[in-house]
Amino acid sequence: MNANVETFRYDDGIVRGFAWFTVLWAIVGMLAGLVLALQLAWWPANGGIEFITFGRLRPLHTNAVIFAFCGNAIFAGMYYSTQRLLRARMFSDALSKIHLWGWQLIIVAAALTIPAGITTGKEYAELEWPIDIAITLVWVVFAINFFGTIVKRREKHLYVAIWFYIATIVTIAVLHIVNSLGLPVSLFKSYSIYAGVQDAMVQWWYGHNAVAFFLTTPFLGLMYYFMPKAAERPVYSYRLSIIHFWALVFLYIWAGPHHLLYTAIPEWAQTLGMAFSLMLIAPSWGGMLNGLLTLRGAWDKLRTDPVIKFMVVSITFYGVATFEGPMLSIKSLNLLSHYTDWTIAHVHGGALGWNGFMAFGVLYWLIPRLYGRELHSVKLANLHFWAGVLGIAIYAVSMWSAGITQGLMWFAFNEEGALQYPNFMETITKLQPFYWLRFFGGTLYLGGVLVGAYNLVMTARGAEPLPDTEASAPALTNDGHESKTWHGRLEGKPLLFTVLSLVAILVGTIVEFVPMIAIESNVPSIAAVQPYTPLELEGRDIYIREGCYNCHSQMVRPMRAETERYGEYSKAGEFVYDHPFQFGSRRIGPDLHRVGGKYPHLWHVNHMRDPRSTTPDSIMPAYPWLLEDELNTSLTSDKVAAMRKIGVPYTDADVSGADAARDKQAAAIAADLKENGVDGMKTKEITALIAYLQRLGKDATGKNEKSAGKTPSSAGIDVSAASAVKGGNR
Amino acid sequence: MTIVAALLPLSLLLAGLAVVAFKWAARDGQFDDLDRAAATPLLADMDETPAQPQTTENA
Repeated sequence: MNANVETFRYDDGIVRGFAWFTVLWAIVGMLAGLVLALQLAWWPANGGIEFITFGRLRPLHTNAVIFAFCGNAIFAGMYYSTQRLLRARMFSDALSKIHLWGWQLIIVAAALTIPAGITTGKEYAELEWPIDIAITLVWVVFAINFFGTIVKRREKHLYVAIWFYIATIVTIAVLHIVNSLGLPVSLFKSYSIYAGVQDAMVQWWYGHNAVAFFLTTPFLGLMYYFMPKAAERPVYSYRLSIIHFWALVFLYIWAGPHHLLYTAIPEWAQTLGMAFSLMLIAPSWGGMLNGLLTLRGAWDKLRTDPVIKFMVVSITFYGVATFEGPMLSIKSLNLLSHYTDWTIAHVHGGALGWNGFMAFGVLYWLIPRLYGRELHSVKLANLHFWAGVLGIAIYAVSMWSAGITQGLMWFAFNEEGALQYPNFMETITKLQPFYWLRFFGGTLYLGGVLVGAYNLVMTARGAEPLPDTEASAPALTNDGHESKTWHGRLEGKPLLFTVLSLVAILVGTIVEFVPMIAIESNVPSIAAVQPYTPLELEGRDIYIREGCYNCHSQMVRPMRAETERYGEYSKAGEFVYDHPFQFGSRRIGPDLHRVGGKYPHLWHVNHMRDPRSTTPDSIMPAYPWLLEDELNTSLTSDKVAAMRKIGVPYTDADVSGADAARDKQAAAIAADLKENGVDGMKTKEITALIAYLQRLGKDATGKNEKSAGKTPSSAGIDVSAASAVKGGNR
Repeated sequence: MTIVAALLPLSLLLAGLAVVAFKWAARDGQFDDLDRAAATPLLADMDETPAQPQTTENA
C-alpha cells in the first residue's frame, strides 16, 4: 500500500436526510397534481376555497415536484455519489446541513406563499424575492461545498457524473439570478425588471434550461453513477458519455425560444430555438442508449431487480421525452400542440417517467444500503413499478389525445370558411373524458408512490442508521503538473478558479448590464400603447395573484384560426409595459389578449361570481371573494413609482395622483355596474380586475379612446402597418 | 428585443466556460484512460471498509 494512504468516512447522514425529504415531497407534490387533475375533470373540486383554486395550486404543484421532489432526489444522489467518486467526505458538514435544512425551509416558504397568491407570475419561478434570495444563498452554499470537495478529492479523474453535476450547479445559478431580477414594492410583491417579449425571452431561456439543468443533467449524472452500480457493469461507452455531456452543454442553452414559437418574438430567435432543439435529439438518444446498453450481459436483472426495472423505464422515458421535445419544437407541429395538453403529456412523460422513476430507482438502491438492510419487500416494489408504468401510460395517452383533439378543433374550419367550433367551450367539454382518464392515471401513479414510501419506511424502520462508511485512498499528488507561475497555480485549482471567475463576471454583468438593457429597450414601438392606469395596475396584480395565466394565454398567434376566434394577432409593441409578461403557456380557457371591451362590466361581475351563469359549460372555478374583498389600496402609488423605476414612463403627477386616479376610475366602473343593478362594487377587488380586463389589447387596435386621442396618427385599424413603421416585430 | 444583447453574451459566457473546462479536462488527462473511467463507479467501492450488515437481526 501507498505510504500516504488516508482513511476517512463519507457523510451518509446527509444522504439519508435528502432521501427522506424526497419521499415526503413526492407525496405532497403529486397530491397537489392529483387535486388539480380532479379540478379540471370536475370544477367544484376546489371546494370554493380560494387558496387551492387551479391558478394558485398549479404553481405549488410544479414547484413542489420540480424543486422539492426532484431537487431532494438529485441532492441525495449527488451527495452519495460525489463523495465516492471523488474519494472524499464533503468539504464541510456544516455547509451540507445548511443546504439540507435551508432547502426544506425554502420549500415550506413556497408552500405557504404560493397558495396565498404571493407570486411573481412567472412560470416555475413564482417565488417572491425574499425566497429567491434565500435560494441563491443556499445554492452558493451548495456550490462551495461541492467545489470544495472537488478541490480536496483523492481521485484525480473527474467521472462524467461529476461533470453533469458541475454543469447543473453553475448553470442553475446563472439562470435563477438572471430570471428573478425584480424590483420589490413590498416584502411580498415585486415586479420583473423585464417587460413583455423581453421578459418572455428571459423567462423561457430560464424555463427551458431549468428543465435542462435541473431535471436532465443532474439526473443523467445519477444515471451514469447508479446504473453501473445497479447493473454491476461499467458504462457501456465512456466515449459516448463524453460526447453526450459536452453536446448537451453546448446545445441546450439555445433551445429556449421553442416555447415561444409563433408568438411576438422575432422570427430568427424562433428558428434558432427550433434548430438547436432538433439537434438535441442526437446527444440525448446517444445518452439514452448508453444508459440502456450498460445493462449488456445483465438483462436478466430486469426480471428480478426492482432498481434495474425503475432505471430502465426511466431511461426509456428519457428517450421518449427527448424524441418528443425536438418534434414539438418543429414550428408546424408546435402550431398544433402549443397551448394544448400535448405539452402537459410531454412534461409528465419526463417528470413521471424519467425523473420520478430514476428518483425511486435510486431510493430503492440507496435506502437498503444506508441502513444495512434488505429491501422490505420486492413484491411491493414491483407493485409500485407496475402501478407507476400503467399510471404514466394512461396519463400520457389521455393527454396526447386531449392535446391533439383540442388543437385540431381550434384549427377546424367548416365548408363556408368559418370556424367549425367558434365556441371555445366546445373544445374543453370535449376533453372531459380525457381529464377523468388522466385523473385515474395520476391516482395509479401516486398510489404506487405511496406503496413505495411504505416499502422504504419499512426497510429502514427500527434499523440504526449505519455509521458513516469508512474508506481509504492515497492523497492526490501533483505528478509534475505543479508550476510556480501564477497561471500554473490557477491551473492547479481549475474548478475553484472557474467558479470564482464566474461569480465575478456574473455580479458585474447582471447588476449593471442586464437592467440597463432591459429598461432602455422599453420604449414603445406602437405609439398608441399607453401605460396602465393605477386601477388597471391593481387589477393586473389580482390577475397575477389568482394565477390566471395558468389557464389563459395573452398571445394571439398570427394565423387565421386564431384571429377569427380572438381578434387581431398580438404584437411585440403591445407588451412593453407588462412587468411581468403574461403570455401563458396553456389554454384551458380562451386567450384573453383581445378581451378588452368584448363584454360589458356586468358580464365580468357575473362571470366571476359564477362562471356558468355567463358561459354554461365553463370549468372555471367561481371567484366570489373578488366581489366581497376590499381592494388593498395601500401600495398603489408605490406600485406606480416602482413601475416608473423599471422604465414605464409615468410622470411625477401620475405617481402623486395615483390614488385619486384609481378612485375616479373605480367610481366610473361602479356607476356603470350600479346602473345595471349591481351596487357597492366601487372599493372591491372585482372593479380593479374589470378595469384591467377591459383594457387588455385595446390600445393597438385603436379601441382605447384615451390613447387613441393622444396619437391619432398611429391608432387605427391597420396596426400591423403602424407597428411595422415603428419597428415593432411583425 | 435588446434583451438578446444580454442573453446572448450570457449564453456565450456559459458556453465559453464549457470550452475552458473541456480544454482543461483534455490537457489534464481526464480522457486518457476511458476503460478505467467507464468502471469508476464500480472501482470507488473497492476502497471502502465493508459495513457491518444488520440483515440478520431483521430477517
